[in-house]
Amino acid sequence: MTAQLTIDPITRLEGHGKIEIFLDDSGEVARTAFQVPELRGFERFCVGRPVEEMPTLTARICGVCPEAHHMAAAKAADAVYGMDPPRTAKLLRELLYSAFYVADHTTHFYALSGPDFLVGPDAPVEDRNLLGVIRKVGMDVGGKVIEARRRGHAIIETIGGRKVHPCTSVPGGMTKGITEAERGAIETSGRWMVDFAAFSLDLWDAAIMANPEYVEMIRGDAYAHETYYMGMVDESGKVAFYDGRVRVVAPDGEMLGEYAPAEYGEWIAERVEPWTYLKFPYLKKVGWKGFVDGKDSGVYVAMPLARLNVADGMATPRAQEAYERFYATLAPAGPDGRKRLVHQRLAAHWARLVELMQAAEKVVELATDPEITSPDIRALPTQVPSEGVGTVEAPRGTLTHHYRTDERGILTSVNLIVGTTNNHAPIAMSIERAARSVIHGGEVVGQGLLNRVEMAFRAYDPCFGCATHALPGQMPLEVVIRDSDGNVVDDLRQHC
Amino acid sequence: MSATTAHAGAAPAAKDGRFEPVILAFTCNWCSYRAADLAGTARMKYPPNVRLVRLMCSGRVDPAFVMRAFADADAVILTGCWPADCHYRIQNVKALRRFILLRRVLESMGIEPQRFQRFYASAAEGQQLAAEFDRIVEEVRALGPLDWAGRHAAFVPSATPPGAGVGEARAAAEARAAAPPPAERELAEVTA
Amino acid sequence: MSAKPRLAMYWAAACGGCDIAVLNLGEALVEVGSRFDVVFWPAVMDAKYADVEAMPDASIDITLFCGGIRNDENEHLAHLLRAKSKILVAFGSCASEGCIPGLANLSTLDEILDASYANETTDNPDGVRPVPAWRENGVTLRIPTLAPLLRTLDQVVPVDYTVPGCPPETKRIEDVVELVGKALDGTAVLPPRGSVLGAGHSTVCDECARERNVKKIGAFRRVTEIATIDPTLCLLEQGIPCNGPATRDGCGALCPAAAAPCIGCYGPADGVLDYGARLMSAFASVVDADEPERIEVILDGIADPVGQFYRFSLASSLLRGGREAMDQAHRGRASAPVGSPAANHPAPRLGRTPPSAPMLDVLGPQDHVPQRAPTGPEPPAPTLEPVGGPAR
Repeated sequence: MTAQLTIDPITRLEGHGKIEIFLDDSGEVARTAFQVPELRGFERFCVGRPVEEMPTLTARICGVCPEAHHMAAAKAADAVYGMDPPRTAKLLRELLYSAFYVADHTTHFYALSGPDFLVGPDAPVEDRNLLGVIRKVGMDVGGKVIEARRRGHAIIETIGGRKVHPCTSVPGGMTKGITEAERGAIETSGRWMVDFAAFSLDLWDAAIMANPEYVEMIRGDAYAHETYYMGMVDESGKVAFYDGRVRVVAPDGEMLGEYAPAEYGEWIAERVEPWTYLKFPYLKKVGWKGFVDGKDSGVYVAMPLARLNVADGMATPRAQEAYERFYATLAPAGPDGRKRLVHQRLAAHWARLVELMQAAEKVVELATDPEITSPDIRALPTQVPSEGVGTVEAPRGTLTHHYRTDERGILTSVNLIVGTTNNHAPIAMSIERAARSVIHGGEVVGQGLLNRVEMAFRAYDPCFGCATHALPGQMPLEVVIRDSDGNVVDDLRQHC
Repeated sequence: MSATTAHAGAAPAAKDGRFEPVILAFTCNWCSYRAADLAGTARMKYPPNVRLVRLMCSGRVDPAFVMRAFADADAVILTGCWPADCHYRIQNVKALRRFILLRRVLESMGIEPQRFQRFYASAAEGQQLAAEFDRIVEEVRALGPLDWAGRHAAFVPSATPPGAGVGEARAAAEARAAAPPPAERELAEVTA
Repeated sequence: MSAKPRLAMYWAAACGGCDIAVLNLGEALVEVGSRFDVVFWPAVMDAKYADVEAMPDASIDITLFCGGIRNDENEHLAHLLRAKSKILVAFGSCASEGCIPGLANLSTLDEILDASYANETTDNPDGVRPVPAWRENGVTLRIPTLAPLLRTLDQVVPVDYTVPGCPPETKRIEDVVELVGKALDGTAVLPPRGSVLGAGHSTVCDECARERNVKKIGAFRRVTEIATIDPTLCLLEQGIPCNGPATRDGCGALCPAAAAPCIGCYGPADGVLDYGARLMSAFASVVDADEPERIEVILDGIADPVGQFYRFSLASSLLRGGREAMDQAHRGRASAPVGSPAANHPAPRLGRTPPSAPMLDVLGPQDHVPQRAPTGPEPPAPTLEPVGGPAR
């Protein structure tokens, strides 16, 4: 008998994702399928549009991370015209983007995944949300979280014109600069954000690292996959969000290589499966070997943990301190002094806080740059538009926009490799591992599956329907086990 | 907005299996409509495929009229006074600008330029008007049906309540298919 | 407390930006939480489709529906939530006019699938395409079936109100929440069914702080052709194709304030049958040329006519899409099996929801027939029975 388990739908992905689990004749997990049921067709209908509209059009791909698409599109459009925007324009974009990172990472840590730890993985589901965090660690946390988001969005609106779906990045720069008064307000927020990031890192130490049980869970192999990692680095090899080269590192820490965004086609290929609308990117140089990890499989991960794994360090001092502590704790270097990678997916939450600090420090650094208020924010094209690639690190992974245009700058082809898509195969693998660990002989061992799948899934901060981020955060699941005739054998459900 | 709520009506019946397009022509009270009237009085014939909508000026043609017309008709014609002859000074020039803009939009939506044409006709140019109508009907006949109403049916459920907008379009399409075959009518009848 | 009015929010083919805009209410969200019983909001809380199916008809007081109708699951949820809701609100640009994803109606489904599954980074020599039902290991994996065209909510089910914007501005959402709250308390009445909530009745130009002087455009210019954008002068006067003249006000003219043209996300102003047609009129009026050749040259400056005029509103326009896509959809439909769920849908309308005046407390699923605009005097506003007793 072949049985089928359906986890459908995943809340906050409702209409946007479901999980199927197949059992073999002996009731063991044969394989799992993570399905994304949506396609809106941006790659097609952007064809025919003027390339300067792409930053606003593609922002509508995702209402949670429109800033990432806005920036990738602006950079791709710069490249189409062979333009290098003035320094101030690039600073402004990076400033907006850093503020976005602060808001986004805050939401994820405090509302979505952090509660698993801050409140505790064994706590009732209804407590594992922001309200539970507040109950456990104090009222002022909630206020800080709301303020971090508010300050982040205020900076986005000041520079980008709007809170959701910014409108000011155009090929060659920005439509507007900022005034000294605006700059001052941003700097103030930046300093507040650095304090908030430090508070968050301290909270991690106090609430999680001080608890041996949690440390063991994070360091254990239940949530580990030895895959390739991808992330953007600056010219010094440090973690970069807005601009740089993309570095790929093998599971053993060996560098596979680094590429400029325009070379992405030599590095990434995408596989199509007939049972999901979302594709599965993999490393072209390694090849697709299925949903397996190891050095021979082209499956790779791109997210905060991946960015830390590929980089030589962080780009700002306090984030660098946090980075060093992260590796000293989770993967101390061996006698050869070489950096060892962290494969444990749950460590992504800590990595996210390390990045939160870098983003906050970047806000201050950029807001205090003497050129940030310069009116020199636009360059004009000097060449006939043709082709360009723009890449940024979205919070959920490397995001690439690739455009070709006619000589008028009207798009003739569009290819998008979106942040979360990078992690599609690894997420499927993590779900499968979680399922295998708790399903035996055709039976699910208690509520375990729900918790395991939930945590495995959440570490990636997935954004398939584009809005898995929300307050307050839980990820309740439903697992339906059916026999081959479709009869429900068991129904496990976890409410919020 | 009576022009946009009236559907184009039944098409002349297919003769020898020939496609008979339905064409809506917007006319100006002071020139092209009178030209049509003149053609009728002079017993000049032009194909009954062309239905006239009389407006006070070609400048009255809102692009929405044209869009609405295409939801039913196979082609749309915009006629008006010659430059400098507009009863309302320069409204025919505004109509010209709208026409050019509309044609670009319609083309990018897949509607051939032959389906949206314009020409000038003074009140004295009945013969020219009839000749232009002849030419356009033949061009559109060669293109075949546009049948946007049928395309709209993609949105329409089978049980269409009467009076719903798309229902009109649909009804028009059905009426077109079932219309009794009227003979070619003289212009006078159409404009009466 | 069961006496609280019941609120639902759903996303169909949407980006999630509307949910984020609601979440950005911040402290005001707490007010929503205390005023309403949120019974279904997948972006935020756990509730399953089956829970909604189990609710009695018309048991949700108000549903904010985001997203266009792109597949059969979206369509199912539209019907389901229509039946369960007293007031169904098309919330945001996608649900109300199709938004950017509506531009997909210029392409056939095959073109859309090819762009995704046969592009240059896709390794797909066998031409695999996702299919609604895939048999594997004796079981079937199902995903929703894509529709040939993107439809707006009111093309699938009758809609009571529209809240425009991509996304609706948070401040305007507050206004709507307040209005609905007051209506439920009996201290305010809702406008006639079919009305737009959370926006003005004029155009973006009316709330734009930029100076307007002349009404003649000698050349349209793309942003890549302009070194410096004047910070105070009307963008259209600077030759930048700005959609302000045809777009409903309510956003606060945020984009023009940031030296970016209005792109039209608040949809058509009051009384407009077709957004693009209105904007074409506006642009044609200011073109500073009388000769066809010169007019053509000026209009060459509008790089993408259909995108410029129907960027957000193509799916709700009079023609609704490109010819080939419409044609393919029509042919596809012609072969659809009789008795398919689509056969039972109420008809969509051309243009926007006509005002009519049913009493909302008697609105049931059986009443879902679009109504003609009454020819008589202004219809009375619908009323909600105060929930939980007299006004608090």
